[in-house]
Amino acid sequence: MIGGLFIYNHKGEVLISRVYRDDIGRNAVDAFRVNVIHARQQVRSPVTNIARTSFFHVKRSNIWLAAVTKQNVNAAMVFEFLYKMCDVMTAYFGKISEENIKNNFVLIYELLDEILDFGYPQNSETGALKTFITQQGIKSQTKEEQSQITSQVTGQIGWRREGIKYRRNELFLDVLESVNLLMSPQGQVLSAHVSGRVVMKSYLSGMPECKFGMNDKIVIDKQGKGGTTDDSGKSSGKQSIAIDDCTFHQCVRLSKFDSERSISFIPPDGEYELMRYRTTKDIILPFRVIPLVREVGRTKLEVKVVIKSNFKPSLLAQKIEVRIPTPLNTSGVQVICMKGKAKYKASENAIVWKIKRMAGMKESQISAEIELLPTNDKKKWARPPISMNFEVPFAPSGLKVRYLKVFEPKLNYSDHDVIKWVRYIGRSGIYETRC
Amino acid sequence: MEWASQLCENRGLGSKMTDSKYFTTTKKGEIFELKAELNSDKKEKKKEAVKKVIASMTVGKDVSALFPDVVNCMQTDNLELKKLVYLYLMNYAKSQPDMAIMAVNTFVKDCEDPNPLIRALAVRTMGCIRVDKITEYLCEPLRKCLKDEDPYVRKTAAVCVAKLHDINAQLVEDQGFLDTLKDLISDSNPMVVANAVAALSEIAESHPNSNLLDLNPQTINKLLTALNECTEWGQIFILDCLANYTPRDDRESQSICERVTPRLSHANSAVVLSAVKVLMKFMEMLPKDLDYYGTLLKKLAPPLVTLLSAEPELQYVALRNINLIVQKRPEILKHEMKVFFVKYNDPIYVKLEKLDIMIRLASQANIAQVLAELKEYATEVDVDFVRKAVRAIGRCAIKVEQSAERCVSTLLDLIQTKVNYVVQEAIVVIKDIFRKYPNKYESVIATLCENLDSLDEPEARAAMIWIVGEYAERIDNADELLESFLEGFHDESTQVQLQLLTAIVKLFLKKPTETQELVQQVLSLATQDSDNPDLRDRGYIYWRLLSTDPVAAKEVVLAEKPLISEETDLIEPTLLEELICHIGTLASVYHKPPSAFVEGSRGVQHRRLPPRAGSGESAESSDVGQSGPSEAPSAVIPSQGDLLGDLLNLDLAPPTATVPSVQPSMQMGAMDLLGGGLDSLLGGDIGGSPSMGASLGAAPAAMPAALGGAPAVGGGLGDLFDLGGGVGMPTGAYIAPKTLWLPAMKAKGLEISGTFARRGGIIQMDLSLTNKAMSVMTDFAIQFNRNSFGMAPAGPLQVLTPLSPNQTIDVSLPLSTSGPVMKMEPLNNLQVAVKNNIDVFYFSCQYPISLLFVEDGKMERQVFLATWKDIPNDNEAQFQIKDIHLNSDAASNKLQGSNIFTIAKRTVEGQDMLYLSIKLTNGIWVLAEMRVQTGSPIYTLSIKCRAPEVNQFVCQCYELVLKN
Repeated sequence: MIGGLFIYNHKGEVLISRVYRDDIGRNAVDAFRVNVIHARQQVRSPVTNIARTSFFHVKRSNIWLAAVTKQNVNAAMVFEFLYKMCDVMTAYFGKISEENIKNNFVLIYELLDEILDFGYPQNSETGALKTFITQQGIKSQTKEEQSQITSQVTGQIGWRREGIKYRRNELFLDVLESVNLLMSPQGQVLSAHVSGRVVMKSYLSGMPECKFGMNDKIVIDKQGKGGTTDDSGKSSGKQSIAIDDCTFHQCVRLSKFDSERSISFIPPDGEYELMRYRTTKDIILPFRVIPLVREVGRTKLEVKVVIKSNFKPSLLAQKIEVRIPTPLNTSGVQVICMKGKAKYKASENAIVWKIKRMAGMKESQISAEIELLPTNDKKKWARPPISMNFEVPFAPSGLKVRYLKVFEPKLNYSDHDVIKWVRYIGRSGIYETRC
Repeated sequence: MEWASQLCENRGLGSKMTDSKYFTTTKKGEIFELKAELNSDKKEKKKEAVKKVIASMTVGKDVSALFPDVVNCMQTDNLELKKLVYLYLMNYAKSQPDMAIMAVNTFVKDCEDPNPLIRALAVRTMGCIRVDKITEYLCEPLRKCLKDEDPYVRKTAAVCVAKLHDINAQLVEDQGFLDTLKDLISDSNPMVVANAVAALSEIAESHPNSNLLDLNPQTINKLLTALNECTEWGQIFILDCLANYTPRDDRESQSICERVTPRLSHANSAVVLSAVKVLMKFMEMLPKDLDYYGTLLKKLAPPLVTLLSAEPELQYVALRNINLIVQKRPEILKHEMKVFFVKYNDPIYVKLEKLDIMIRLASQANIAQVLAELKEYATEVDVDFVRKAVRAIGRCAIKVEQSAERCVSTLLDLIQTKVNYVVQEAIVVIKDIFRKYPNKYESVIATLCENLDSLDEPEARAAMIWIVGEYAERIDNADELLESFLEGFHDESTQVQLQLLTAIVKLFLKKPTETQELVQQVLSLATQDSDNPDLRDRGYIYWRLLSTDPVAAKEVVLAEKPLISEETDLIEPTLLEELICHIGTLASVYHKPPSAFVEGSRGVQHRRLPPRAGSGESAESSDVGQSGPSEAPSAVIPSQGDLLGDLLNLDLAPPTATVPSVQPSMQMGAMDLLGGGLDSLLGGDIGGSPSMGASLGAAPAAMPAALGGAPAVGGGLGDLFDLGGGVGMPTGAYIAPKTLWLPAMKAKGLEISGTFARRGGIIQMDLSLTNKAMSVMTDFAIQFNRNSFGMAPAGPLQVLTPLSPNQTIDVSLPLSTSGPVMKMEPLNNLQVAVKNNIDVFYFSCQYPISLLFVEDGKMERQVFLATWKDIPNDNEAQFQIKDIHLNSDAASNKLQGSNIFTIAKRTVEGQDMLYLSIKLTNGIWVLAEMRVQTGSPIYTLSIKCRAPEVNQFVCQCYELVLKN
């Protein structure tokens, strides 16, 4: 299991060091600093073995978190734990920075004592932790409170405490998708997928039982066959989407999903990620990038890029940014674009073209002349792909939320009393076109 | 806040060890202040003080002096303060065991506290205090806590049993805690179950043969129930434990699989991977014709692909595991090639792993896409990645015959880019393609020849030379090309020299009339002007063959070569099976069995996949069960030790293996057949004249023995050497007796003991290899991990004869110090991998740093003075060496034998002051002043060096040399 956990600043100075196992000595702290943080080369692996000691590290801004072990631990678990540790810290004191860590070091030690026992991760849900580990010191608790805390921390519903009350029962559902594309210069889709997340903010009283439904093809087809819905099989088939795979927050009853494909759960209070999913079929690609690069002699490049928006004309895409890489020996660039602003950024070796808004079914174009310095560098320019960023108000996968039902039998509010909000946001993930 | 200032101060302290006199006063003052604050009446002040203490502790400052004062703060009802004190206790109790007892009472009392959080805190902390005396007091509270009414206390107590077991295993058994722990598996609370499982699994690992985790269908059922209800981490513990279970039949296996599959949709990747592990293992037992088997296979693919959208570190872990999974069950991901396409912004470690998997998944169906991608990658920036991409193209050609032509043309395109390392890499892989498809693509040779001048890497040069030699009859100017290489013959690496020799002989056999002069030239270069025995031997053999029987020569040299196989870097099946049982863990990331990187008894246990249930598929089951050492790993090149194979010039490196295993070291050549033994035998008397050894080694008379390989040349000489060693070399350097480095238990019967020596300026590793297994061992090779001083084998491990059971061979391996450098901990640590026909074994040993003291380590007096002054005083370290009964002159003589040179001697008030210098192989000077009080057995040694980390080791050497 995890033998120790260290947090360093960018200089490699230790901010937090907690050793759980006897086989990890103080020299491990230095070994990581010398071999990884101060290493001359770029890090070639997130797992490093130094003198039979394994170090797992992740970096958040310029803070290094390293877990150390001498055993054959579950490596995936160690990384998941490190991410979790970051989440917990962020939930407690915001951004993970040197200053915040130093200001909260006592709190961090307290958390580390609680969520990692002898190197075994324990309950690390912030909702539960916050009931008994606070920044203001320990609150004095009554006996009932104490037993409530312990039963919650160890209980089956470790992510929610009892007795939550809201005057207004409300929930927000955000369907956040990032659409990824790799396209050949000829416009052939080399790979495309959507990775989506359903994020829920719940402000519900009591221990509500929720059921979430979406236009999952498997469910719709099943219902179509059973004849329970009014939709004819054909039209529902069109509206449904094929989900390649999905994963759920630990509150979702997985065995129920496995057997009935229904998503039922008692949600944590506040914001959390209900599910993640991935689709590869019938993806709506919001933009198409058509590049044209021509080398004019050895010292000039002509670039023309057309972007076409491919969605309903009534919708507006925002924060559009096209990044056209330029060779390292670029000496000057002249840009002409019809819409938005374009600039050559020498430090980033790219022309960055920004458009604030663009409606569906439109197209826009940029052309640039790139002057090159003659070099005797034999190596050809690698021509990195043209990448794109944007945000659109729909789900490129076609996912639709069908319902989210709330039942709380013990309290006197019904599904109809809950105010529900649904929002779809599609963003670019890695959206690249080779040129 | 105070933190920052303390941090700064501490930095200062850490780097200036020797000036501690100056710093002690401030340190004392500071500690004094803290002491006062800790004993303050004000609660707030106390708490602030404890916080300061913890901050100092974090940065590595010693605040153990405050132990009693901090412990005094323990009796408080302020939980936050209590936690801080406990944190301190866990750190220092071990160094202050007597005082730690003071804390016991509070712990015992806290374990009875009405607040469950405090009870749990007490039992959790107590388990972390590794003091024997405390553990006695721990038993009663622990017993109570294991049966506490509150689940939070019970789950903490469960882990505490594992802690206690780590300190005192016997105590845990005697007190019956193991049984209580087993009972907790039936606890009503899922988290208690999960922690009990984790604790039991860990304890069971250190008792490989105990039946501690007595898994039966009933307990499995309980675990599976808890699996649905416990935290994500608990699910991992339970799944990892389940993976150790062997179901009784295929039906049980199926029912477990059915209950585990829902976990594949968990958001936590570790839960998913652990579930995959259970499924991969239990699937082995399902009959292949079962419908469920197919369903399961289908269910596995999507979650594996989803892992690739996780954070990059997890992607890396997932990819390393997928690499294993596609080797074991290629059908799972065969349609998922696209998801492994490299993204421009992927971190390099993700890119390289994806590339590996792409090659494994390449098939006729997707080869066009794969090739297009690979070509794209070959233009990227990262050199390693580009090289690997080029190699991958070659691998595709060898793997998918239909694509070979396209691959070759892609490679030619790449050669046209003229990017140096791309060209070289391409030529290396084209050589392999020629081997696989003889007489098909030779039309490209002309293009290759154009790039002859740009090749500067040995492997590429050797590959090119091989091509020229192999196809000499089709290349008009083959003789000119080869001749051009011959000019700088002595500057070439061994690999290239050997290849050149063979290529010219081939050329001669094909075009005898024009090339007689050339062949004579190369033979004389190889046999007369070279001091490389491999080269000499091969030269002599060719010479004799050519002069006695040219027909035989043709048969040997131009013989048909065995074809190379498709898959080159597959993990050996036994290892693969073991790694599949370790999916998700470090072993699966390193692709090494746990025994290779875990110390002690943990992980020595080898895991196996269960045998498939009989369903009329005997062939299949034997396929799985077959895992003995008799199964030869698929290799491109026939066994390395095969001398004939060597003559057939197959000594080009096989396509790079991705498995971090020992590279076959045959091509390194440069090894004196007999050198090790002879040199050391003669070393003492002749003062290590290397020429003597060399001329003996070169004597053609030695050759029949080498050729036949029958009598144990190495062994015999080694024995002689052992005798010599016993007599001792009074003036030579001290050589430590051999110690056991690799016990037979850990290395499937191979036992290695050894020592290091410096003889006549050459560093040697003396090894005794003993075969304690039942079968013969062959094909030995050795490799070192990067180390502090760049030590590397200067030649292959020469074990010429197979090592039969119960036989011991002594070998001397010459070492160079020109290998890659990486700082090790400790500094003189050396990690070694030894390969034989059975497996690869790893061990580490420590060499005396005196090995690195070079012969020209005598410094000029003036230089010495200046250097001494120049090195900052901070770098000075003082040591005392006791029990030395030598006068200063004798000591000086003795030290000189180990290349520690006396520069000057001064006598002041009955004290002899010796000034000594040492030079290390990497050019670092170590200066020393040694004070010898006449009549006193204690020497005082002050060592100064620009790299102060060596001081301690140098001192050890002084002591060793003086005492022996």
